[in-house]
Amino acid sequence: MSTAAATVGGRTGRAKPATMAQALGRALRDAMAADPTVHVLGEDVGTLGGVFRVTDGLAKEFGDDRCTDTPLAEAGILGAAVGMAMYGLRPVVEMQFDAFAYPAFEQLVSHVAKMRNRTAGAMPLPITVRVPYGGGIGGVEHHSDSSEAYYMATPGLHVVMPATVDDAYGLLRESIASDDPVVFLEPKRLYWSKADWSPEAPAQVEPIGRAVVRRPGRSATLITYGPSLPVCLEAAEAATAEGWDLEVVDLRSLVPFDDETVAASVRRTGRAVVVHESSGFGGPGGEIAARVTERCFHHLEAPVLRVAGFDIPYPPPMQERHHLPGVDRVLDAVARLQWEADS
Amino acid sequence: MTVQELPGAAAYRPTPPPAWKPLTDPAPLLPDPEPYRVLGTDSAADADPELLLRLYTELVRGRRYNAQATALTKQGRLAVYPSSTGQEACEIAAALVLEERDWLFPSYRDTLAAVARGLDPVEALTLLRGDRHTGYDPREHRIAPLCTPLATQLPHAVGLAHAARLKGDDVVALAMVGDGGTSEGDFHEALNFAAVWRAPVVFLVQNNGFAISVPLAKQTAAPSLAHKAVGYGMPGRLVDGNDAAAMHQVLGEAVARARRGEGPTLIEAVTYRMDAHTNADDATRYRGDGEVEAWREHDPIRLLERELTGRGLLDEEGIATAREAAERMAEGLREQMNADPVLDPMDLFAHVYEERTGQLREQAEMLRGELAAEHDPLEENGVEGRR
Repeated sequence: MSTAAATVGGRTGRAKPATMAQALGRALRDAMAADPTVHVLGEDVGTLGGVFRVTDGLAKEFGDDRCTDTPLAEAGILGAAVGMAMYGLRPVVEMQFDAFAYPAFEQLVSHVAKMRNRTAGAMPLPITVRVPYGGGIGGVEHHSDSSEAYYMATPGLHVVMPATVDDAYGLLRESIASDDPVVFLEPKRLYWSKADWSPEAPAQVEPIGRAVVRRPGRSATLITYGPSLPVCLEAAEAATAEGWDLEVVDLRSLVPFDDETVAASVRRTGRAVVVHESSGFGGPGGEIAARVTERCFHHLEAPVLRVAGFDIPYPPPMQERHHLPGVDRVLDAVARLQWEADS
Repeated sequence: MTVQELPGAAAYRPTPPPAWKPLTDPAPLLPDPEPYRVLGTDSAADADPELLLRLYTELVRGRRYNAQATALTKQGRLAVYPSSTGQEACEIAAALVLEERDWLFPSYRDTLAAVARGLDPVEALTLLRGDRHTGYDPREHRIAPLCTPLATQLPHAVGLAHAARLKGDDVVALAMVGDGGTSEGDFHEALNFAAVWRAPVVFLVQNNGFAISVPLAKQTAAPSLAHKAVGYGMPGRLVDGNDAAAMHQVLGEAVARARRGEGPTLIEAVTYRMDAHTNADDATRYRGDGEVEAWREHDPIRLLERELTGRGLLDEEGIATAREAAERMAEGLREQMNADPVLDPMDLFAHVYEERTGQLREQAEMLRGELAAEHDPLEENGVEGRR
């Protein structure tokens, strides 16, 4: 792709291909430079720069006190972050891998999510919990979980997941600036996805809580987020051969949930498929389908369908391609949307 | 291939970073085998009379507070109360050793420490009363919310103390936990973090004999809970938790040590919970009267009273004065607790997020409508006689 000039806030920068991991790292760096209360902590975030190199260079630039290698203990990392936030710091913690975050679950659910509420607003906790999440990178067990349903079932947390390089930067900056705790889910298999991007003048993005139509269409809406967005965009392109013009909505956050954008899209198209790689049973898709049905029942030409991972523990890497919803499975669902139209 | 078969495994030794000083002799970290005591020993003569009298007044007030709060549960004015009767010396000393700028991290049983630190007695009870989770601004009083999950407040204390030191503030965090709480993972992680970061934290374990019904012997195989400190690289201190003077001294030394930048201390206070776990518990199922009676001989108020009267610092009149002050506090508490709190149901949505989500806005409107109409779905559907 050719480079292009972009201008934001009076700054001009030359856009060139950048990965999502680089954009995330830059967001951390810029947030730390802009606000001395921003602290990064976690296992391996310092000298190593994180196992995905997202925090690369931060310890060198800001020192060990601002980017801290902690003992290996996720509850301790997040629990310490709670105390740091209580004293006016803005901690950004890294959980390294989705399933490694589970020991910190009590801190997250019982304290991080509830401190504002417990103290009647006196003590909000501006903590960002970065969780590299999801499958598709050939990780062995406990390295590929999709844990968003656990987080979205916990009032008090924002649950955010970027799917583009622009969003990776913009949403992370916004998460760190938020006075509410944010679980920031970074789709591991998109870490190395590239787009033209300028670190000097990153694009302004929609705020947390706003869904974005990534591809307009008329025949049906694919509702998705995070790692499944590229799958849906590819499916939408492929579907044109069948005469289907699919709209693709990227939720960008599950909490807050953008009912308006989703409902407006489904009312236009009359058909909807929710696509995500986490398990279907008890998963986000059920909630989304219910919300869509409640708001769009009279506009629907077919039931809202879900395309999700199987209801199985995350499979071993040599089998994960069968579990992860791919283009074909999305297209099969789209085909099933026709039953009402045909009958 | 097993670890032993790894090439060069036998020769492998981890390389310590340059700054790391190996602890060659753990002996200074080990607690004395017997709990440290002041009252009834020779060192009692060195204790400051003013401090002893202050401790006494606060102990008597604390005992009365526990009794009053327990009585309020019977009147339905408190949902639940975990009494600290018998443990008042720990509670009071913990509050008194801290400077105003320091932070207290209490567990659910430590209402008394919060009150002794200056918190309004009614505000301290909102959690247990059931009208609000935390009835005070933690930053204003530098008291974290009373923590119900076990030991989870300990890493908070570490993080806060660490943050204060990073900011250059001369602040110490004192975190309280029970004997049962020392089995939790968060206890381990907090102590480890504190030691590695040399955070200015004091961990106070009130070993009151039981985690609800489970005795210490089934909780740990360690020689004492204070011994756990050595594994993390911090000193452990064993102290008589019913000896207010000893508690104040040992806690004070640990706070001073933390303030000097010398890192955390773990203190085990050996005490006894005279009442049941809470008013809802039946302690007779797991311990005998004889055991409780034996501890009555070692009551913290009695110990201090004996010392003060023996030294001619306290007489019948002084005792009566302390009791009257406590009675006035109890009266005030009773009066305030007997007034029904005015609650706004719309507060349910007020402090979930800084800004309400669309979902919460919808739900708040629904509740507002219900409150306005006193919504009764059965009545609306023609079913009568419900009201």
